[in-house]
Amino acid sequence: MKKNTVLGLEVPCGPNGVSVITVLQAIQGYYGYLPEEALEKAARELKVPLIDFYSVATFYKNFRLAPQGRREVVTCAGTACHVRGSEKITEEISRTLGVDISSTTEDGEYSLKCVNCVGACALAPLIIVDGRYYGQMTPLKVRRLFSDNPTKTEQTVSSGLSK
Amino acid sequence: MINLTMDGLKINVEPGATLLDVARFYGANIPTLCYDEALSPYGACRLCLVEIGEPGKSRLVSSCTYPAREKLNVRTNTVRVMQTRKMIIELYLATCPSSKTIQDLASKYGVTGVRFSPKNEECILCGLCVRMCEEQMQAKAIGFVDRGVNRRISTAFDRKSEQCRLCGACMYICPVCQVRCQGPSG
Repeated sequence: MKKNTVLGLEVPCGPNGVSVITVLQAIQGYYGYLPEEALEKAARELKVPLIDFYSVATFYKNFRLAPQGRREVVTCAGTACHVRGSEKITEEISRTLGVDISSTTEDGEYSLKCVNCVGACALAPLIIVDGRYYGQMTPLKVRRLFSDNPTKTEQTVSSGLSK
Repeated sequence: MINLTMDGLKINVEPGATLLDVARFYGANIPTLCYDEALSPYGACRLCLVEIGEPGKSRLVSSCTYPAREKLNVRTNTVRVMQTRKMIIELYLATCPSSKTIQDLASKYGVTGVRFSPKNEECILCGLCVRMCEEQMQAKAIGFVDRGVNRRISTAFDRKSEQCRLCGACMYICPVCQVRCQGPSG
């Protein structure tokens, strides 16, 4: 495949030149998110209006405009999890870590994301921390999980399913 | 030339014309909110819908984006078209109750009540301003941001755009925000 460089990053090139999505993917692949300055530079380099990048970046859930935390916490709000009280779990995480849904803590440690179903409904309500699945959560378990004692955490969530 | 039937009339049109072009040329009254002759058709407002196809298998299409085709049987004034159009106007009226353009449309089509809770939005996402900025002003300073119920019109990163020349064309073309943009007397 033909390659093109944008901001010194290699971008796959189709028959009609590079597409907005591939440029955004290349930038996000390098920085981990889409920094404003990088988008501005890329827009200037490609002579594309900045709004084209911004529209696409805000449309797709895959693109992030803010840096992600070192640890990623995903809560499930699918039907089964919702019925078994995932809302309270999400609230508890939000309170314990001091972070809103789809944002990152100020110290850059945790990102909280809410998704719709992860396909492990038997373990509802379910959260995923850095790819590790923790099933049948309760607000108490959440508090223990994010307390500063990691050894205790491992014991209480023995029902956790590793990826 | 393309031969088609519109409201029982046999009509010859040039290839490339849309059903809305044909209908307006022959005097059929079709309302629009997101259409402008100088801009590319967008098909967002759905007010310009017409019925095509044989009875029993007919369907509603937006006439501003549907190209005229050979042997098409177009009806612009059937009960189904009018009912759907009234419904759309009612929804717009709930979205933007303060817009004069939409109030006028409602009164013209006899929409007397709104069964939905008013939203008091300032935008119906017709995209006229976005196309105006891009196609006529060659600026492309504004565009759609986010998606679904959060979709809105804005500049990149919600701050002043380098491309924007403050020409005001986006406000000029907006069908719903005359009072906000031009003042009550304007």
